[in-house]
Amino acid sequence: MAWKIDNDRPVYLQLMEHIKMQIATGELSAGDRVPPVRVLAAEAGVNPNTMQKALQGLEREGLMYSNRTEGRFISAETNVNQVSTSYARELTVDYYGNMKGLGLNDQEIVKTLEDYIEESGG
Amino acid sequence: MSELLTVNAVTKAFGRKVVLENIHLHLEPGRIYGLLGPNGSGKTTLIKLINGLLAPTTGEIYVDGSGIGPRSKSLISYLPDKLYFAEWMTTNNLIDYYSDFYEDFDKERAYNMLMNLNINPDEKLKVLSKGTKEKVQLILVMSRRAKLYVLDEPIGGVDPASRDYILDTILSNYDENASILISTHLITDIERILDEVIFLQNGRTVLSAAVDDIRANEGKSVDELFREVFRCY
Repeated sequence: MAWKIDNDRPVYLQLMEHIKMQIATGELSAGDRVPPVRVLAAEAGVNPNTMQKALQGLEREGLMYSNRTEGRFISAETNVNQVSTSYARELTVDYYGNMKGLGLNDQEIVKTLEDYIEESGG
Repeated sequence: MSELLTVNAVTKAFGRKVVLENIHLHLEPGRIYGLLGPNGSGKTTLIKLINGLLAPTTGEIYVDGSGIGPRSKSLISYLPDKLYFAEWMTTNNLIDYYSDFYEDFDKERAYNMLMNLNINPDEKLKVLSKGTKEKVQLILVMSRRAKLYVLDEPIGGVDPASRDYILDTILSNYDENASILISTHLITDIERILDEVIFLQNGRTVLSAAVDDIRANEGKSVDELFREVFRCY
């Protein structure tokens, strides 16, 4: 999954989201060692300090832990479902907010989504 | 944390024209700073002061605790805004020259970067294009293991693909305790690698903030903020 950084939001938040997505999709799983900050930063094309801040944020949220000598790991308790559920919720909050912003009411929003699912053959 | 660069109440005037007025800067180790401002805002003058090419009218500058002098120059790797190499020299000659001059010069690093950018070190500078010369100069500057890199418009004449390579090189090569001060107009290209930005206008600091704070507080990129702050009417 390529790293994509938007212009209008803090970079570290976007890095956190990206890594959460990698956990949600199973690209990173419990017990995996997280690559070193510098490697990840180079891969994402961002400043290592920013990447460091993102990883610390993920540690605070309990998705990773760091071991002084061995590096950083994805927490064993990290439940993929839990991460994807919370990520799905974040996306839903965005979607709902945007649709409301367009002036649609709740029924119209649900209808639009149902129509789309049907169309896309889902 | 000890400061790497301290600029304390610096004013620089050329005759009656005041170019920098009461500038304060405090750079910490391990961070990348963007020095941004419209043409004529004093960026290059400030950089020349830091490198000892000009002396401040009033105020002081310290690099890692020392005043500007041989020690500060050995700690700073400086990329000027002009090309200054002799045209008859080859890149190989320059690499030897640099490693004679600077104890912290890493030849292997220089040759690696030249190879990745497809630059033939046997060619004389006079046959290289402007962009390639700029790349050579930047490679030499980034091949030192300096404490502070001061880059004046490093990627201006360089094509976008090489720009990305150069930025990635900067990111992966600078030491954890080294800092970089970059002046540029190409904010969008460079924004992702900056920790903090300093906006200069008419010789004064108008803003000094962390990039992510700007994005969080303003909801816009540094580039957009720059266009807003320095809008020309």
